[in-house]
Amino acid sequence: MGGDAETAEKPGSKREAGAMRSELDVAEIAPAIHHGNADALMSVRDVVVRFGGVLAVGGVSFDVGRRQICGLIGPNGAGKTTLFNCISGIYKYNEGDILFEGKSIHGTPRHRMAGLGIGRTFQNVALFKTLSVRDNILVGAFHLGRSGFIANALRPPSVAREGALAEGQMRDLLELMDLTAVAHLPAGGLPFGWQKRVELARALIGQPKLLLLDEPAGGLNHGEVSELEGLLRRIREHFELSILLVEHHMNLVMRVSDKVVALEFGRKIADGTPEQVRNEPEVIRAYLGDQEEDAHAA
Amino acid sequence: MSVTTGPTGQTNLNSLKIVGIALFLALCVAAAFWFSDYHLFQLTLVVVYAIAILGLSIVTGFNGQISLGHGAFYAIGAYTTAILMDRYEVPYWATLPASALVCAIFGFLIGLPALRLGGLYLALTTFALAVAVPQLLKHKLIEDYTGGVQGIVILKPDPPFGLKISPDQWIYLFTLGVACVLFLLAWNLVRGRIGRAMMAIRDQSLAAEAMGINIAMLKTRTFAVSAMYTGIAGSLGAIVVQFVAPDSFSLFVSVYFFVGLVVGGVASLPGAIFGAIFIEFVPNVADQLSKAAPGAVYGILLILMMFAAPGGVVGVIRLLWRRATGAKRAATTLTDGRVGSTPARVGAISADGDFAGATVGPKQKVAGPLH
Repeated sequence: MGGDAETAEKPGSKREAGAMRSELDVAEIAPAIHHGNADALMSVRDVVVRFGGVLAVGGVSFDVGRRQICGLIGPNGAGKTTLFNCISGIYKYNEGDILFEGKSIHGTPRHRMAGLGIGRTFQNVALFKTLSVRDNILVGAFHLGRSGFIANALRPPSVAREGALAEGQMRDLLELMDLTAVAHLPAGGLPFGWQKRVELARALIGQPKLLLLDEPAGGLNHGEVSELEGLLRRIREHFELSILLVEHHMNLVMRVSDKVVALEFGRKIADGTPEQVRNEPEVIRAYLGDQEEDAHAA
Repeated sequence: MSVTTGPTGQTNLNSLKIVGIALFLALCVAAAFWFSDYHLFQLTLVVVYAIAILGLSIVTGFNGQISLGHGAFYAIGAYTTAILMDRYEVPYWATLPASALVCAIFGFLIGLPALRLGGLYLALTTFALAVAVPQLLKHKLIEDYTGGVQGIVILKPDPPFGLKISPDQWIYLFTLGVACVLFLLAWNLVRGRIGRAMMAIRDQSLAAEAMGINIAMLKTRTFAVSAMYTGIAGSLGAIVVQFVAPDSFSLFVSVYFFVGLVVGGVASLPGAIFGAIFIEFVPNVADQLSKAAPGAVYGILLILMMFAAPGGVVGVIRLLWRRATGAKRAATTLTDGRVGSTPARVGAISADGDFAGATVGPKQKVAGPLH
């Protein structure tokens, strides 16, 4: 179902992609992922999460296809963030399952998620504040490296090569995210919008197959949100990845998503193209009803 | 890479720094032939303490795990060397790898449960270790090896290869050589993948985990490396002082290392050297200033130090360096960055790491290459 939306999206993003490629050969950043099969990259299957007696997520199912941008919306308390945290391994779900590339992620330690191909950003930005922007991004490549303590201390050529490879990718990402000028500055001192781009770069250098974005537009001003929109399209175009977008900003979600999943009180109330979800009476009632302007604008 | 000094303690060498380090090393070697034996002895202890504080810096400075018990590893290293030399007649230099291994294993085993506690609990656990070790060293069960309360006297090593220098000169140069190797290895460690992971855990552990870092494992190994460094320092200290006894390793050793770490500048390799100079010489200075209450003078000096240099000695040096080179860097940022503003304004930004000024606000980015 995401197919039509994807084709509808294509012309705009292709044009931008062409402009980008002239500046930067992004093929180096992410090796091509074979995405011929129609299987979903990630499947959420009847997931139930309870906190004590409170039902936070009550049996939600949806798929995220390969190279799909999937928006996850819902009013406050709908269970978006809970679900997001289940997918990123922070919370454990009580029932149901989440499959990533066909395999259950239940019980996978948090530090293994990056290795599986699930990268993420954080709702209020969680950078390594005292580290420079470049070091922040390099940490994102941690799980791709192999060298341990002894190898790092002795620094044989293989370790130096590993480092140089990551640094090359880091520099490409600095360019892509327009961060080259601030590369040496501590990330904690940057304005919020810039920090969000550092976080995106840090997630991207890890070559995720699925990128989880927790309210990327939160705290951004109007102009920055529209920049973010273009950035998300470019990311999807260049990195051959899927994005799960948890977001309050309706305009952004409706514009960039191939499919949208709407939650309310821990249950799914709509699942389809932005057009379908927008016209779903349940959604209008539950979510857009109190944001008339947004609904019209979108 | 026009700018080479990060705020993180990680540095890339440029030619100026290489010259600086070479000059410093030349001075260190020359000192062996300059000072009297007593002053050389003090200087050797500075080098020893620098290694010990470096070990503490790796775990506390770079990894953010507060340890108040590194004196315990210093003691274990010292005793390993003393016992090996005294009872098994192992040559002094060969005891260093043994003591490194012993302390790394101790560090790993202690770190395994203690680091899961984290934060203040780790501080207390390591504190308990520092309290316990001196008494354990006196214990009857191991008295045969440790010499009990009496301790162990070891012999001063002679210079090898018939070198015509005094034993004091030799042990100073030997210690200096070991320190150079250890500092080089530490520098490699903290500027690479593992060092970045250590600092990432310190700054934001949840995000570090999301980047694929196994926090418990990395912290435990860091603690082991740190214990190993401080243990090697203990070994060297035993050789230099030619004597180990339980009472030389009181809780104060741990506390002084911690003082040295903070005074020198946490998460900085050169900071360990400044910290070592402080803990070796400032008590003497305090003693000269007031015979009656040297402790009070020491305390006042420490407090003054914290007010004058909250980032440690290294913090002050970095600040001065940035002031001196601020204008030049600002110009570079301006031309590289396309985040246009007046040089003075950008200079202020790079000095404080603060972007409060509207001049480089997000809107400026519209002129960036992506648009």
